[in-house]
Amino acid sequence: MTSTTPVASATSSASSAPTTAKATTAHTAASAPSASATSSVSSASWDDLVAAALLGTERRTPPVAPRPGQDTPSALLDAAALSTVRRRAGLRPAPARPGPDRAPEDPRPALPMAAHSRLALLLADRSAPGRGGSRSAPDLAELLPQWLALANHHGYRVPDALLPALLDAARARTDLRAEALTLGGPRALWLALLNPDWKFALRGAAGRASASLPEPPEATAPPDEEQRLWEEGLFAERVSLLAAARHRDPAAGLALLGGTWSTERAEDRLMFLDSLRDDLSPSDEPFLEQALSDRSRNVRATAAELLSALPGSALAARMAERTRSCVSLTTDGPTAEGPTDDGATDGGRTTDGLVSDERTAAVRTPRIAVRPPDECDSGMQRDGIVPKPPSGRGERSWWLGQLVEATPLDRWTEWFGGRGPAVIVALPVADGWQADLHAALCRAAVRQRSAEWCRALLGTPAVAPVTAGDAAPAAWRDPAKLLAALPSRERAEWVAEFIASHGLSDAFRLLGVCAVPWAEPLGRAVVDALDIARDAGSYPWSFSGIMGLAERCLDPAQADRLEALTAIPDEREGAAPGAGGYWAEAFQRLVGTLRLREAMRAELDPT
Amino acid sequence: MGARTVADMNPQGERWTAEQVLALAPDAASRTAGGKLAAHGTWSGAGAHGQAVWGLCSGSGSKPYQTVVDLNGPGYRCSCPSRKFPCKHALGLLLLWTSGEGGVPAGGEPPEWAEQWLGDRRERAGKLAAGARDGGPGPGGGTGDAAGKGGSGAAADPEAARRRAERRAERIAAGATELERRLADLLRDGLASADRAGYGAWDETAARMIDAQAPGLEARVRELAAIPSSGPGWPARLLEECALAHLLNQGFLQLDRLPEQLAATTRTRVGLTTPVAELLATEEAIRDRWLVLGRQDGTDGRLTTRRIWLRGERTHRMALLLSFSTPGQSPELALPTGLVLDADLAYYPAARPLRATIGARHGEAAGAAPPPAPPAAEGCEGSGVPEGCDVETALAAYGAALGEDPWLDGWPVVLADVVPVPGDDGWQLADGRSGSALPVDPRCAGRTDLWRLMAISGGGPVTVFGECGHRGFSPITTWDPTPVSLIGTAAQGGTR
Repeated sequence: MTSTTPVASATSSASSAPTTAKATTAHTAASAPSASATSSVSSASWDDLVAAALLGTERRTPPVAPRPGQDTPSALLDAAALSTVRRRAGLRPAPARPGPDRAPEDPRPALPMAAHSRLALLLADRSAPGRGGSRSAPDLAELLPQWLALANHHGYRVPDALLPALLDAARARTDLRAEALTLGGPRALWLALLNPDWKFALRGAAGRASASLPEPPEATAPPDEEQRLWEEGLFAERVSLLAAARHRDPAAGLALLGGTWSTERAEDRLMFLDSLRDDLSPSDEPFLEQALSDRSRNVRATAAELLSALPGSALAARMAERTRSCVSLTTDGPTAEGPTDDGATDGGRTTDGLVSDERTAAVRTPRIAVRPPDECDSGMQRDGIVPKPPSGRGERSWWLGQLVEATPLDRWTEWFGGRGPAVIVALPVADGWQADLHAALCRAAVRQRSAEWCRALLGTPAVAPVTAGDAAPAAWRDPAKLLAALPSRERAEWVAEFIASHGLSDAFRLLGVCAVPWAEPLGRAVVDALDIARDAGSYPWSFSGIMGLAERCLDPAQADRLEALTAIPDEREGAAPGAGGYWAEAFQRLVGTLRLREAMRAELDPT
Repeated sequence: MGARTVADMNPQGERWTAEQVLALAPDAASRTAGGKLAAHGTWSGAGAHGQAVWGLCSGSGSKPYQTVVDLNGPGYRCSCPSRKFPCKHALGLLLLWTSGEGGVPAGGEPPEWAEQWLGDRRERAGKLAAGARDGGPGPGGGTGDAAGKGGSGAAADPEAARRRAERRAERIAAGATELERRLADLLRDGLASADRAGYGAWDETAARMIDAQAPGLEARVRELAAIPSSGPGWPARLLEECALAHLLNQGFLQLDRLPEQLAATTRTRVGLTTPVAELLATEEAIRDRWLVLGRQDGTDGRLTTRRIWLRGERTHRMALLLSFSTPGQSPELALPTGLVLDADLAYYPAARPLRATIGARHGEAAGAAPPPAPPAAEGCEGSGVPEGCDVETALAAYGAALGEDPWLDGWPVVLADVVPVPGDDGWQLADGRSGSALPVDPRCAGRTDLWRLMAISGGGPVTVFGECGHRGFSPITTWDPTPVSLIGTAAQGGTR
């Protein structure tokens, strides 16, 4: 604080100054009962006193008159004391700076008291050092994501007092951001605008999160205001605005973007384009089609990717046409087993649709013949095909993969005589193209979110290979992504069956995509598998990943079943020494967390 | 010191809130650990009856820890080896109890191990109360042993006590004289030399003040030592503090020429304290319904000091309670903000009395055990927003207080209807109607959760309790409308 303004303009005009002086003189007067000394003291300016003090009274004589017998430094200190107390007592308020606008109203209900305390604890745990003090106590930070999701499900708003801690948590953990900002609502965005530490909240995710509120703040902005903000706002504000506008009215949002598109910088164009992804609709096609001619390669690639996710788009049709010229169904050539095909119906097979007769198909064992493209022409490149393969891959197979990935999957059924996905996946592929083709089909199934194709590509869990090496079917390079496209019920059943057949060691990623809490029979399968692992005599930390997941994802109703496993069993022959005790501890922790989650759920339940 | 009397006060009779329990924690780590232990599966044989809560906590060992809490005080006992106090088990048990979900069923008798400790505790409390009733000023009751360091063993005669006090006053006077010399030298050579001499030059002076048994002077010297490195404008600040130290030295050296109240203030400022027992015996007890306005813990590395501010409903007087503990432990005084306390308060003598100690508490009868209420959503009683004043009045209150105690750095006030305004060169609390504002003390930047205040305000007016001083306003509590502490965990983290 500078000498001039501790609080504000430090005038000694305040009414309280005389009383102060009285108190101060009570002291100075104790050593100097002379009124004249006091008055000469008070006339010296503070700056003069400081200047003299800084240089020393030997070098500069201060503007004070020492009493008889008093040395100059003491006289200076007397004067300084009087001046200090007088200025402090006479402080005046500063002029108020303009404050921020009022935060928008948030009509959502407040959290119940217990849930409020719980959130405070969960947020406090995040910042606490030395986690995991007790091996049998739950890790609260890991429960934060589902607490947030549950609170949002009930439509609560965050207590204002916890908003800064929530924003700090979301700043540190990107996985919390969407839910945290939804819970924070309009006030979170209002607050984030004031503190640069929280500018992440103003990026796209914020717009989407707040757009799902009953009354997003952006929705209240009049069109003129919106247009002005779009044209003059900061980048973060614009991304947020676009996302909100798109969510409300895709066409209007696109119009906003189209208006300034040609003047945007390339990296901004890429970000804006990417933000169209969530609310993509066929009406976006003309705009995207135009973006295929963009100056920036990344913008072109993103436009092509978005177009290929629109099955009815012209780009998808062009891709399908290219793919069609690369694949065909044949019945000639050697078959693996069974009688040789008679070949008589070769011409009619693809048109009359009779091949859905399985017996016929089995007898003839048709194969998929693949002839990958010879070149990557300019048309393909314009449609987003990357001509240069990564090192180690042949360019023709690289092009083929991209074509298949962007081809609408239902065309395959059309081309292959009405065969369903499962049948097509089961077809042999000639000349060793199976791995490439199936990998591309997997990517297409994930991109187009086709449950039917994902299911077909995944196959039956019991026979699924456990290792995901090169020899494994293409689906097994990334089964979790395929699983994610299935309905949650089916996902749980598939993974449960997989665990029952193969145990837990390869189940981690699969469990990660299952809906929380794990539906039956999945929860039961996991508990059984853990029980088996314990009986087999291994240590629990070999399963720490699964255990952690189970804590977060098991249905709390499993706690009662697990209670029986928390007892320390007698040490058996062949078991790892002490393993029984460690397992009991691990199960205790699991049960403790499940009960805690049940309590969290109950606290949030408004009924 | 002051804590002992408070530890035996009556409790507030209802089930506590989680905030109240968490406020008992000695540090952030304990808070977290306690929160984790507040789960059903962790506890067995838990129960609550009257003022006692108990339970068995399964830890890493084979034998569960026995944890028992006496809400009267509160007091804690746990068989765990932790040196934290209260330990995480006690906190976890209380948290589970506050949640009111049947994890700690009410009624039932405490088990033997718990009853034994509770019984011992009751007995001790009874003895102490009896002692206070007929003991009057208690042992060492003269002005002697002014340092207030327990003094239980000093049952010496008043004459010896008087001699001791005289000796101490002489030593302090010698210290003050030496400090005067040091200040005069500094002013003669110029403050610029203080910058060059650095910290070490003051260290020796501070040590001399310790020898002189003048902790108040020692603290001032340490402050002086820190000023040259405190940024632009330091010479003016150094001159201010030198001048106030000089004022204090002169005041003490001529103590008998000062009015009685001002002399008391001067004595307190150099570090002479009045024993609590003497205070309660000699000072007038002021009974009121005291609203707890806020709390702040601070530490100098050796001692944790807890400050709790109160305001009387009837008298409108401010009061400050202090409680001390060693690091790792929580000061015993644990009055939750928002509580209204019907009690007698005795102020320490001063020209501008502020620091006080609690005497008898009224209201619920001692030891009475109202049945635990269902988890109360409204929190503790008196959760309403207190009345406050405007910016102008707050500054005037500080100015007026300064008129009586020139060494005051700040005065507690409740500000009403102010809007927090962040800014690059510091925060403000702005009064929208008058267009005037109080700057927030720049030292708050790292230790006060100003963003929490901002979030609660939403850009609108709020009520804020804090200290108004020459450096600006230091916010401590706001209301939303339940009291919310603005003393951030960051501050506590910084002390570790």
